[in-house]
Amino acid sequence: MRGASGLEGQQTFAKRVQFSSPFLPYLFLAPQLAIIFVFFYWPSVQAIQSSFYLEDPFGFGATFVGMSNYTDVLKSTEYLGIAQFTAIFTALVAFFALSIGLLLAIKADGVIRGNAAYKTLLIWVYAIAPPVAGLIGMMFFNQHIGPLVEFARWFGWDIKVGLDYSDTAFAMIVVSVWKQIPYNFIFFLSGLQGIPVSVREAAALDCRSEFRRFWTVILPLLAPTAFFLLIINVTYALFDTFGVIDVMVKDKAANNPITLVYKVYMDGFRGSDLGGSSAQSVILMLVVLVLTVFQFRFIERRVHYN
Amino acid sequence: MHRTRFFDHVILLIGVFIMVAPVVVAFMTSTHEAADIHRNGLSLTWGGHFTETYEAVLTREGGFTGKVTGLNMMLNSMILGLGFAVGKIVLSMLAAYAIVYFRFPLATFFFWVIFTTLLLPLEVRILPSYEVMNALRLTNTYTGLIVPLLASATGTFYFRQFFKSVPDELLEAARIDGAGPFKFFIDVLVPLSRTMMAAIFIIMFVYGWNQYLWPTLMTTDEGFFTLVRGIKQILLVWVGSNIPDYNEAFALAILAMLPPVMIVVIFQRWFIKGLTESDK
Repeated sequence: MRGASGLEGQQTFAKRVQFSSPFLPYLFLAPQLAIIFVFFYWPSVQAIQSSFYLEDPFGFGATFVGMSNYTDVLKSTEYLGIAQFTAIFTALVAFFALSIGLLLAIKADGVIRGNAAYKTLLIWVYAIAPPVAGLIGMMFFNQHIGPLVEFARWFGWDIKVGLDYSDTAFAMIVVSVWKQIPYNFIFFLSGLQGIPVSVREAAALDCRSEFRRFWTVILPLLAPTAFFLLIINVTYALFDTFGVIDVMVKDKAANNPITLVYKVYMDGFRGSDLGGSSAQSVILMLVVLVLTVFQFRFIERRVHYN
Repeated sequence: MHRTRFFDHVILLIGVFIMVAPVVVAFMTSTHEAADIHRNGLSLTWGGHFTETYEAVLTREGGFTGKVTGLNMMLNSMILGLGFAVGKIVLSMLAAYAIVYFRFPLATFFFWVIFTTLLLPLEVRILPSYEVMNALRLTNTYTGLIVPLLASATGTFYFRQFFKSVPDELLEAARIDGAGPFKFFIDVLVPLSRTMMAAIFIIMFVYGWNQYLWPTLMTTDEGFFTLVRGIKQILLVWVGSNIPDYNEAFALAILAMLPPVMIVVIFQRWFIKGLTESDK
């Protein structure tokens, strides 16, 4: 996913001057292709295949059941509930991570002295692994020792992470947003700093209100970055938050909010429901494909590069 | 004007506080004794038990088998991070070289074969990937830990983009000098790509070090646990006990984040360059 937007159409793969050799390019491609075939295409095909079969959990063969794994999944109220939670979770994580990242980038861009220090202090959380962030979050929301629980108590809110569904969801969102802010910050800041001084000066002459100037001049110029980041953040919330969720639900998924990816994992590895888990995988693959197609379409048509 | 600047700093400082404080608190708390944390909560002050806690976490043999130490897990994390980063760079450079610098009939086809891998993250095909690993008997091996993660072509696209920006004249000149494909690659392209390689190395090391889902599936033998993968195990152990070892859990979290954070802070410029240039 990452880097997909770096693909500028299919026009130029090649250089004007090239080597031609009957076998060398294949030799150079061979290692990568071998790994991709064994660890990407083979399992992907297998996921699609086993989504049409009902497999015996003890390994005694499989029966072809057509679309029934899919209909079972899509009819299950549990699955639909998880899908709904995933959608809300993704929307909230993307929204808050993007807007806080953007706000901080705008402020850091405006500040000339101290810029480097702010930059360093704001990006390093990027390097923390999601489950490690989840562990720290767990401690901050811990019933006995968590300062955030105490803080919420002032306002009469008794946070019970791990017991209360919406409190757990809240904590997961906070941790996931926290972890993603630096990434958005980096991209927004470099996007802002890529806007030429002449454009800013012209805008400053034309429009005195700083807020309107941002809205009418700066934001449209940031649009490609913002759209790219939107897709990245959605992918992050869908997939990379697995570690946060896995640590925070502490193996008790029953009453706790989980996302679709976690459900694939649970059904496949805990429930040994191979067909169902595969069908869910394929559904997720389709979601990602739609997102990607949408990304290319949108970038081509709506967003103007300067 | 001055007032706006002042508020800009206030917002930035709040941002910095939110990003930094949790980790500072985690570190400070890790230097207190477990009972002390249990009684008084998280702490912003130095607890004085730094050496004991970290020594225990790093060298004491723990886990279900009673044989794994923190150092052990750290070494595994290092192997995963370095192996992944180096593997990624080597594979991607070779593949990108073939795609950009060679004329061959199946170029477009292979380009799309490789490009497709960017569309689907590992998470959506975890179960079949695990089965493939089982079939190949690669579970609980370093190969199984590292190689399947390499099956995504991000690096190839970074290098492809970079190679395309290298002036054609260089290749012309090299050819006039009689350089063949290998010589051109090693003597011209590799030295030219040094900064790019460094940037990608940093990003990929952090990515590899921070892997969680795949190591969780791949390794059941604690001898192969990485620090990040071990976090969950630690949690399971302390959840049950009377006074949980909060200090040790925090200490392990700090250890697990130390190398990637240090790399990002020290090589910040390259890190940001690698991230933003390749993505736009």
